[in-house]
Amino acid sequence: MSPTLGLVAILATSVATVLVGVIGIRAARTTSDFYVASRTVTPWWNASAIGGEYLSAASFLGVAGLILAYGADMLWFPVGYTAGYLVLLVLVAAPLRRSGAYTLPDFAEARLESLAARRTASVLVVTIGWLYLLPQFQAAGLTVRTVTGAPRWVGPVLVCVVVLIGVLSGGMRSITFVQAFQYWLKLTALAVPAVFILLVWQSHGTPTINQEGPPVFVAATTVEIQTGVSVEVSESVRVDAVGVVNGEPVDGTLELTPGVHALAQGTEVTFPAGAEIPHADSLRPLGGQDWLAPLRSNSDYPLYSTYSLILALFFGTMGLPHVLVRFYTNPDGRAARRTTVAVLGLLGIFYLLPTAYGALGRLYAPDLLLTGRTDAVVLLLPGRLVDGVPGDALSALVTAGAFAAFLSTSSGLTISVAGVLSQDLIGRRVRNPVRAFRLGASLALIVPITLALISPSLGIADVVGLAFAVAASSFCPLLLLGIWWRRLTDAGAIAGLVTGGGLSTLAVLTTLVLAPTGGWWTPALAQPAAWTMPIAFLVMVLVSLATPRRVAKGVSRTMIRLHTPESVDLDRGDWDPEDRWRVRT
Amino acid sequence: MTEPGRTPGGRVTITHPSRQRPRMRPASLTREIDEQTGLGEVYISSLIRSQLRLGLAVLAVSLGVLAALPLVFHLFPEIAAVRVLGVTLPWLILGLVVYPAILGAAWFYAHNAERVERDFVDLLDDR
Repeated sequence: MSPTLGLVAILATSVATVLVGVIGIRAARTTSDFYVASRTVTPWWNASAIGGEYLSAASFLGVAGLILAYGADMLWFPVGYTAGYLVLLVLVAAPLRRSGAYTLPDFAEARLESLAARRTASVLVVTIGWLYLLPQFQAAGLTVRTVTGAPRWVGPVLVCVVVLIGVLSGGMRSITFVQAFQYWLKLTALAVPAVFILLVWQSHGTPTINQEGPPVFVAATTVEIQTGVSVEVSESVRVDAVGVVNGEPVDGTLELTPGVHALAQGTEVTFPAGAEIPHADSLRPLGGQDWLAPLRSNSDYPLYSTYSLILALFFGTMGLPHVLVRFYTNPDGRAARRTTVAVLGLLGIFYLLPTAYGALGRLYAPDLLLTGRTDAVVLLLPGRLVDGVPGDALSALVTAGAFAAFLSTSSGLTISVAGVLSQDLIGRRVRNPVRAFRLGASLALIVPITLALISPSLGIADVVGLAFAVAASSFCPLLLLGIWWRRLTDAGAIAGLVTGGGLSTLAVLTTLVLAPTGGWWTPALAQPAAWTMPIAFLVMVLVSLATPRRVAKGVSRTMIRLHTPESVDLDRGDWDPEDRWRVRT
Repeated sequence: MTEPGRTPGGRVTITHPSRQRPRMRPASLTREIDEQTGLGEVYISSLIRSQLRLGLAVLAVSLGVLAALPLVFHLFPEIAAVRVLGVTLPWLILGLVVYPAILGAAWFYAHNAERVERDFVDLLDDR
């Protein structure tokens, strides 16, 4: 695709996002509007907005990339992302809406009547938010680079600026419209090219996707190295190369012997047909039956890793800060439930698509295993399979959709992190709540963008998976026990949050920073949910049982509030999260 | 604010004691709940318990089946190799079939949770 067209797609998405946001601003006048869209959003709008906010870079790009490299086991990512909403619907949605909590710290305070619990929850919201924002920025960098060839920092900075404009000017109301618009943009951007790709595949006589043995180049293929990469070659191959290989300039035929070779930026390597594809040494792609069948990954404990991932995704969704904020924009508990059912429908339609891209990418873009940038498969496939102007147009559409994914998820996360920062950290120093919110939004973006610029690129869906693990080990027990168990105390909740959140964060940081290999501890640290989540539950229950006198005084009233339908006229206590900004404005 | 038995304007309603009887109707269930009497607590607890039971049942069936899949694939690799319409079973189930199944479970839950709530509201209205 021509870089200009890609740039146009990226800018068009950005401008459309800002425009829809600006139109929404007119409706947002009071502070309460600013935060929660005055709760006048219908379930259908809200469901589209939740879908728009939730489908991040990980869903749009990452899942297909993982399927391309690792096959069947990776199907659990989209399944888990969806099933998480079922758990949320069944155990959390209506009671959480009825609690009136706008953020997780609000919930902790309302249920446990403790400021200390609120602060602990605040710190965790910021941690999870930053962990989730980091891969969004990295994905933006990858996309801008793939499409236009611009340096890596351009994408993150662009996303940051657009999000900041949207969030600072419009707040929640305009965000709701922006998000809803972006769900449909993302679905179209993935579905329309998918139809064309499937047609092309069919016109080729539906060739089998999976070959026997390791992936090979079907035809002679020239690969241009955009970012320097070191690749692992497993069988000797004669290639034509122009550029720099292993630090020495080459121009002509070259024998790549088994072992690790460094290919410098700008090098062009032409492989003969039938050559086994060398893979970037950061990847361990699977071949043949191992790719096709589940539980064949190179890690020593595939069953553990799969189950730990499933736990993190099923139970982490409810603890994601940007997901919960959305429930407050429902008018009542029943609407919150109906919204969630609609969300499950929208997600189900969307997640059929990344699988198709990943599988067909195996057939038509296996060279991505060499460059290591498998996350780019969704961006590249339409242009490769459809020639000429239609191909360019489809590529532009996919690029626009990818950008919508970064923008919507980053906006949602920024709003939630900013909400928490401004209410709990800045709010005490800056009196004007709108100014505090704006300051919080800037702070919410600065930290992850700095991290994204200085840290090495990691698998998008992997890092997002880690954010889910932290959420499942901290907020999941808080919400489930808080909603369904009267005897939860503030001491128990804090102990559980600190233990579960702390252990999983440590495991995540160890994996990200040290990247250990080998030993039983590697899968345990890379997928911590299977042990950190039970520990968090256990600590919360045991400490609560040991501190029975600390059960919140108003717990009965809170339980009535959480579980009874709004249509019944009952005393639900006088706690109202909106008081906070009603008093100050 | 007016004291009981006093209307605005300083007038005092004088009635025969027996006339006040009908006002002492048995306390409504909403008041039982508001005042957190034993009876009110029983009603709230039973509402919470039936919602929790419904939720756990839906999760046990839907996610239980889903979570059993890796174990089945692990123990019986031949099942994972079965092909339906040219696609192996794991890809067919995890790539396609789960999504409508999850939506169905969600709809079933939402429908029944609303029914539980309707029954609760009817119960309060009846007394």
